Amino acid sequence: MKLIGEKGVKRILMLTAFSAISALLLIALFILNEGLPFIFKYGVKDFLFSSDWNPHLGKYGIYPMIVASLWVTFGALVIGAPLGVAGAFFLTEYVPKSIMRIIKPTIELLAAIPSVVYGFIGVMVLAPLIRNNFGGPGLSLLAASIILGIMILPTVISISIDSIMAVPQSYREGSLALGATTWQTIHMVTVKASKSGIIASIILGMGRAIGETMAVIMVAGNSVNIPHSPLDSVRTLTANIALEMSYATGLHRQALFATGVILFIGIIILNSIASVALRKRVVKK
Amino acid sequence: MFKKILIFSSALLLIAIMWGCGKGKTSITLAGSTAFQPFAEKLADQYMMTNNNVVVTVQGGGSAVGIQSANSGAAQIGMADLVTLPKEAKNLTATVVAKDGVAIVVNPLNKVTDLSTDQVRDIFNGKITNWKEIGGIDAPITVVSREAGSGTRSSFEQIVTGINLKKDALIQDSNGTIRETVANDANSIGYVSHGLLNEKIKALKIDDQECTVENIVSGKYKLVRPIFLLVKGSLEGETKNFIDYILSDEGQKTIKAEGLLPAK
Repeated sequence: MKLIGEKGVKRILMLTAFSAISALLLIALFILNEGLPFIFKYGVKDFLFSSDWNPHLGKYGIYPMIVASLWVTFGALVIGAPLGVAGAFFLTEYVPKSIMRIIKPTIELLAAIPSVVYGFIGVMVLAPLIRNNFGGPGLSLLAASIILGIMILPTVISISIDSIMAVPQSYREGSLALGATTWQTIHMVTVKASKSGIIASIILGMGRAIGETMAVIMVAGNSVNIPHSPLDSVRTLTANIALEMSYATGLHRQALFATGVILFIGIIILNSIASVALRKRVVKK
Repeated sequence: MFKKILIFSSALLLIAIMWGCGKGKTSITLAGSTAFQPFAEKLADQYMMTNNNVVVTVQGGGSAVGIQSANSGAAQIGMADLVTLPKEAKNLTATVVAKDGVAIVVNPLNKVTDLSTDQVRDIFNGKITNWKEIGGIDAPITVVSREAGSGTRSSFEQIVTGINLKKDALIQDSNGTIRETVANDANSIGYVSHGLLNEKIKALKIDDQECTVENIVSGKYKLVRPIFLLVKGSLEGETKNFIDYILSDEGQKTIKAEGLLPAK
């Protein structure tokens, strides 16, 4: 029975496809509309590079939070990227395919754990560990980096695995036939052939780390402070918005939207780099 | 055929939604202070038991949201826990329905039992940074505060005066998370609403006055703030009835039983 016909299906699908794009556009417009006027009124330089954040005194400098976001993300990558990429190589090159098919979905399950649960574990287990062994308040840059490092693992691992698997089998066979060991094949052939995909996986993980909010609020301590050591408490851009949104009115509220604009721009840049890196790989094949 | 089903089912859904909304009940929305929110919920439940024609909804959001939504009409009643109301609230009718003490709290393992207001100020400003300076062990003090805009924080800062919070103070976004942080860290100090004190944290004596119900009611304990209910225009109708209920003996008894202090 023909219900709607070819054209009808096409229209319905087009409508659903556009709903996602228009949602993105609306969000972008809304944030820019609320945030940009503030940035220009307050001054781009003062907003981005002043470290005085004191909403009730009318001071809105987000420099400490930009620095904190960068450090937390960097820390997450230092922990998550090597683990993730090494794990991906192990799973594709050393482990039989049948076992990998079980392990990979299990790792991807990590992504399904709500971030508040990660945060909870961070507060209850990680922060006391750091406080008792290294000093400081425990809720710190280090705690946030470790938690985020674990949270980006599924992204890094599964995209790395996909790109390593996309390396033609003939490359590996050629290398092995020349007498190279599995490890030599990995670091001289497979890594090079799947490089752009691995970089893309790390960048996407980075996007996740920058954007994460709940877990970071719970473990980072949230002081507006340029960190001098990994044990210092920090507040990221996302945490700043979420923490103060509920109380903010007037200029303060606009300043939070402006924080969102900066975050949005940063993430767009990262995602563009990632998609360029991914496209390169496709072209090469 | 498919289209007809779609139209029919969406129409049905629309009717169902409208049906649910329009039962002819009066609805009162409260929004604002997270410190008073649990008490308002309790009071709302009790009020609705005897008044079937009224639906009372309670939302949080913080004192600033309370003032804002009472002004904009998003809520009939705004809740705010501030020592002095800001100028945005000048068009609102404010009723004090309860009082709340702000307790300065430390970990139960901490040996320090009392501080002066000046010492509290110096700790939060970062002048005193080690517990040994005020009779404790040799350990750095971890200061825990609330985020900018919090009613508890502004009450605390207004009463203690001269607070310019030190940069590396930890910031938590609710009374509950401050309590957890202080309960978990032996060297920390924070402040919470008196109603949220429990055995996991220890309230300090301030200027030799303990943070107890008696001292707060008698005015001996200094860190006390009123809780306001804000209504746009004059009190009337169901809104007035509900506020009257909160101020009645029964309502005030509930407030007291749940850990806040009665208004009178």
